[in-house]
Amino acid sequence: MKMLPTVIANLFSKPATRNYPFFVREPFEHARGELINDIERCIFCGACARKCPSQCLTVTKDKTEGIWTLEFFACVGCGVCVDVCPVNCLSQKTTHRPVAVERAVITLRGKLPERPAKKDRPDSIEKTAE
Amino acid sequence: MARTVIPFGPQHPVLPEPIHLSLVLEDEKVVEALPTLGYVHRGLEMLAVKRDYNQMIQIVERVCGICSMIHSLCYCQGIEEMLGIEAPRRARMLRVVWSELHRLHSHLLWLGLFADSFGFESLFMQLWKIRERVMDLNEATTGNRVIVSVNVVGGVRTDLDEAQVRWIKDTLVEVEASIRSLQSTIMNDTTVCKRTKGVGVLTKQAAYDLGAAGPMLRGSGVAQDMRQLKYAGFDELAFEPVVETAGDCWARSTVRFRESLQSIDLVRQALDKLAPGDLAVKVKGKPEGEVITRVEQPRGECLYYLKGNGSTFLERVRIRTPTFANIPPLAAILPGLDFADVPVVVLSIDPCISCTER
Repeated sequence: MKMLPTVIANLFSKPATRNYPFFVREPFEHARGELINDIERCIFCGACARKCPSQCLTVTKDKTEGIWTLEFFACVGCGVCVDVCPVNCLSQKTTHRPVAVERAVITLRGKLPERPAKKDRPDSIEKTAE
Repeated sequence: MARTVIPFGPQHPVLPEPIHLSLVLEDEKVVEALPTLGYVHRGLEMLAVKRDYNQMIQIVERVCGICSMIHSLCYCQGIEEMLGIEAPRRARMLRVVWSELHRLHSHLLWLGLFADSFGFESLFMQLWKIRERVMDLNEATTGNRVIVSVNVVGGVRTDLDEAQVRWIKDTLVEVEASIRSLQSTIMNDTTVCKRTKGVGVLTKQAAYDLGAAGPMLRGSGVAQDMRQLKYAGFDELAFEPVVETAGDCWARSTVRFRESLQSIDLVRQALDKLAPGDLAVKVKGKPEGEVITRVEQPRGECLYYLKGNGSTFLERVRIRTPTFANIPPLAAILPGLDFADVPVVVLSIDPCISCTER
C-alpha cells in the first residue's frame, strides 16, 4: 500500500518509454558506436590491429596496396584503436550498425603511403655517416 | 514423509544467471541444499597468457556485466602497483565517480530483481525506471552504457568537463529524490516485510566464519567494506560502511538501499574534489612480480592476484569474486526454510554467476 502514491502518480504521467521505431532518442555526443576508417588517410601501420583486445582488426599489405579489415561482429566498441591511431584516420560514429543476419567482414583497400627515396631515409643516412 | 529432491535452476524465472541447487525437501521444508556451478565458465583468466596486459583491461571488464568498471579498476590498480606508478589525483577521483555510479545502478538493478522475486512488479519497474537515468549518465560521460572502458594502466581515458559535472549533479538530485520516495515501500511495506523479515537469517558469527562478503556480511552486523582500504580516491572522501544487524533478507535489501544513497553522496563528494590535472601517467617498463589487490564491488570484496614475469604477457591472473564467497553462506541458510522462500533467499545474496565462473 505504501507504493500507492507512486502508482497513482504514474497513472497520470507521461509513459516512461518511447514508441521505439517511430521515436528514436538522439544518441549522446560521446557515444561509442560504429567504427569508421578514412582509408585515404590510413598508412597501414597496424597499430590498431596490435592493440585491439578483441582482435577484430587485421592490417595486411601487398606490393601495391594495403588492406584493412574489420570483423564488426567481434568489435566491442572500446575505442582503443581510435586512441592509438597515429594519423587519426579511425573514428567512431555515435550510432551502431543496423542489425545484420549474415556474418560479414568489412574490407577496405587503400594506397600505401609513399616511402621516402632510399637516400633520404633516416636509417640509410645514419649508415652512411658511420 | 519421504524426502524429495527438487532441482532449482539453472533455468529459473527468478534467476538472471545459471546456478543449480539440488533442494532436498521434507514436506515443504528444505533440509539440504547442494549448489552446482559451471554452466557459464568462459576461461577468461587463461586469456591472460594470450593477450598483453593492456588488452586484458577490456577482458577483465567482461568478467561481470554489471560492475565492469570496478573489475578494470582493480586490475589496473594491481598492474600500477607492480610497475611502481600511481594514477594522478584527478584520475583517481574520476575512478571513484564511475565506480560509484556502477554501484548505484547495480544496487537499483538488484532491488528491482529482488522485488520481482516476491512478485512486486510495480516496484521492480519503478526501480528500473530510476536506474535508466544512471545508465544515461554512464553512456553520456563514457560512451558506453555498461562496459565503459574508462580505465587504462596509469589513469583513465575519459575526462569530465564542467557541463557534464553539473549535469551529473543535477540528475543525481532527481535520482536521489525518486529513490527516497520508494524508501517506505522497500523498508516498511507490509507485503515486503512479510516476505523478507526473519527469512534466511545469517548470524554475525556464521557470516564471519563462512566468509560472507559485501552486503551479505554487513547485513549481519560486520562492518567490513573494502572501501575502508582507501583505494583510488576514497582516501579523501568521508565514508562509513552501512551496517544492519538483523541478518535476514530485509537487512540485506536495506543495506543495499542505503548503500545506493551513500553512492550518490560519494559521487557528489568526488565531483566536488575534482581538481584540474593529468588524466594518466606515462607507463614505463613491464609488470614483474606478484601482487594482490582488493576492491569493493556492489556484491562485496573482489580480489585480484596478478603475476607478471617482465614480459607484456602476465603469467597468471586469478580473480576471486564476491558471489563465490557468498555461496557457502547461502547453502548454510537455506535448510529450514519453506520451499516458497527459496527464490527470495537465493536472490538476496545477489548471485552473479558469470563473475563467479569467469
